[in-house]
Amino acid sequence: MRETIIEVKNIYKVFGDSPKKALALLKKGVDKDEIFRKTSQTIGINDASFEIYKGEIFVIMGLSGSGKSTMVRLMNRLIEPTSGQIYVDGDEITAMNQSSLRDVRREKISMVFQSFALMPHMNVIDNVAFGLELGGMKKSERYEKALNALEQVGLKDYSFSYPDELSGGMQQRVGLARALANDPRVLLMDEAFSALDPLIRAEMQDELLKLQAEHERTIIFISHDLDEAMKLGDRIAIMQGGVVVQIGTPDEILKNPANDYVRSFFRGVNVGGIMTARDIASLQQVTIIQKDGNGTLAALQTLHEHDREFGYIVDKKRKYLGVVSVDSLKAKPKRDSIDLAFIKEVEPVLETAYLNDLMGAVAKSPCAVPVVNEQGKYMGAISKAALLESLDYNWEEEE
Amino acid sequence: MATAANPWGTQAPATPPNNDWLINDSNSKVLHHFDWLNPFDGTLVPFDKWVEHALNWTVENFRGVFQAIRVPVDGTLSMLENFFQAIPPTVFIVLMALLAWQIAGKKLAFGTFASLVIIGLIGAWSEMMVTLSLVFTSVIFCMIIGLPLGIWIARSDRASSIIRPILDAMQTTPAFVYLVPVVMLFGIGNVPGVVVTIIFALPPLIRLTNLGIRQVPEDLIEVSQSFGASPWQMLFRVQLPVAMPTIMAGINQTLMLSLSMVVFASMIAVGGLGQMVLRGIGRLDMGLAAVGGLGIVLLAVVLDRMTQALGLREKVMHRQRIKWYKKGPIGLVYTITCKKEKK
Repeated sequence: MRETIIEVKNIYKVFGDSPKKALALLKKGVDKDEIFRKTSQTIGINDASFEIYKGEIFVIMGLSGSGKSTMVRLMNRLIEPTSGQIYVDGDEITAMNQSSLRDVRREKISMVFQSFALMPHMNVIDNVAFGLELGGMKKSERYEKALNALEQVGLKDYSFSYPDELSGGMQQRVGLARALANDPRVLLMDEAFSALDPLIRAEMQDELLKLQAEHERTIIFISHDLDEAMKLGDRIAIMQGGVVVQIGTPDEILKNPANDYVRSFFRGVNVGGIMTARDIASLQQVTIIQKDGNGTLAALQTLHEHDREFGYIVDKKRKYLGVVSVDSLKAKPKRDSIDLAFIKEVEPVLETAYLNDLMGAVAKSPCAVPVVNEQGKYMGAISKAALLESLDYNWEEEE
Repeated sequence: MATAANPWGTQAPATPPNNDWLINDSNSKVLHHFDWLNPFDGTLVPFDKWVEHALNWTVENFRGVFQAIRVPVDGTLSMLENFFQAIPPTVFIVLMALLAWQIAGKKLAFGTFASLVIIGLIGAWSEMMVTLSLVFTSVIFCMIIGLPLGIWIARSDRASSIIRPILDAMQTTPAFVYLVPVVMLFGIGNVPGVVVTIIFALPPLIRLTNLGIRQVPEDLIEVSQSFGASPWQMLFRVQLPVAMPTIMAGINQTLMLSLSMVVFASMIAVGGLGQMVLRGIGRLDMGLAAVGGLGIVLLAVVLDRMTQALGLREKVMHRQRIKWYKKGPIGLVYTITCKKEKK
């Protein structure tokens, strides 16, 4: 079990002037819309509980109004919860007084905003050093740290520019540098890349993954974009109407969506980047176990029995050895060992490879491509038809 | 004696005639025959009397307070006035032109120079200096009062709901209405003139400070909070700097309104350009009135352009990435001295 850094416990948030009344109704199980009709209070978050592990990228996903931005603002208490607790690094942030809360915000948690939100009256380096300045750090020291952060995002040369002289992507890099400057334990990113155009967005995502690889932080990333969530997230939490409906790795959620809402996210998603060879490898191909003295003739017979063109040769421990075809077997003398009849152009693929990366191999191969695991064990084969079918995956027809 | 003095020889009435019509109490009459169809024939609520009583009471009991208010105003005013009157006109003109060059460029420097020379030539120099010190004094006090009030009502909706009607009243009440009470409380002269000017010129500064701070984008506030800003840090590092252009516009407005109040204030014996205008009108001396008027207009244009440039300057500097000491006359001196050092 991994170490927990943020723990959210039974958090409720009601927007409005008499939250207690709405909360009582909510706990009785009254519907959100019904509560709004009766008390004109809006339910922001409804009983959220989960844990975020140290060093992971935790993506919170949902449509607008699902409470994901509220959720992230509860974690540094920009929004006060109506009830429940949130622990950051063991300290109950929801019970802190203002001055210790300020210390936590200055030292442990920083945030990147969708709108960049750079101070227009400060130049880039002062913007980056803003958090450090609030903490009372000396100018030379905070400039050094700010320059370091700017270097990480590749904007060191723009230190003395003003935000309105930079493009959107560059502004968000400054926003990221500002959040990195005080070397926080936790980084909150509220739709940080949503305002950027697709190319820049992909670039920033790669940048973030690169930074994460260099220096592991806990990142809570808010997104409404599934591809982004799949790309970045170690785990994803999906929110709907203030409720956390499902938490899991991208794979788990993709394969076992909790409800129609979750499923609807995956409509039109590019499966090729999510599903792996393991997911679609089929064991229906004929496997021939190679024993001593088992020659080409025996193999040929087996293929005839099953009326197949190709056979997959494994040893007794099901370790993959090679592929033979009727033609390649016939081309060899009858008593020859099987391995001389292997088709050379067929290379096995690893089971962890994404479908996107298999297309070339499957297209070129004369037969279904064998799939092996790390140890070289045969896991099945992927035919052209199976690959095409899986890429045309229709999630709504499942079930 | 009474009958003898009566040239008409008629009998004096037995009861003395009701001659005190000046203070005739119409209320009592109306109250006797109150007509539901025409209820407003007479004054039912003696608001005028209340105000008079309240004012008299205030004058009797709080005169000390108002005399105390005079002290700082008087001090600032006489200091500024002595200062402005002591500067030789030539020096003043050159200094102002250099200042204009520094903050706005050569064009305004030339305009300032020409305007001040014209004012001097038409013989309104000394009056302009009096007006200038009045205007500066009132702007200083407007800033001392207005900025904190503006900040306060930007942070508290309740304060805002109390103070905004007062500001409305300050802006819409004709100056003539409070001219008399101010004289009763402060006496006549330049000090009550400054007080009247403050009443008139203060509201836009408060309003625009409030507006500027309330218009600071919500995400900047959130950023400051999320990085652990205390309320004071938020005010001084974020809200005030971002609101600065709006606040500068407020100061500019306050300055302009102060200048426009100068003519009114001259009715309570305030000196300066306004008095020239008032005296000119009183004597039907159009020449004198025109001299005062031209002086006010030229001064207003110069001050307006200079304060506006002050608001814009920072932005321009950002764009061109030029330090203030490398521009204008100071920049000239800077480059010359730097060259010498290099040699």
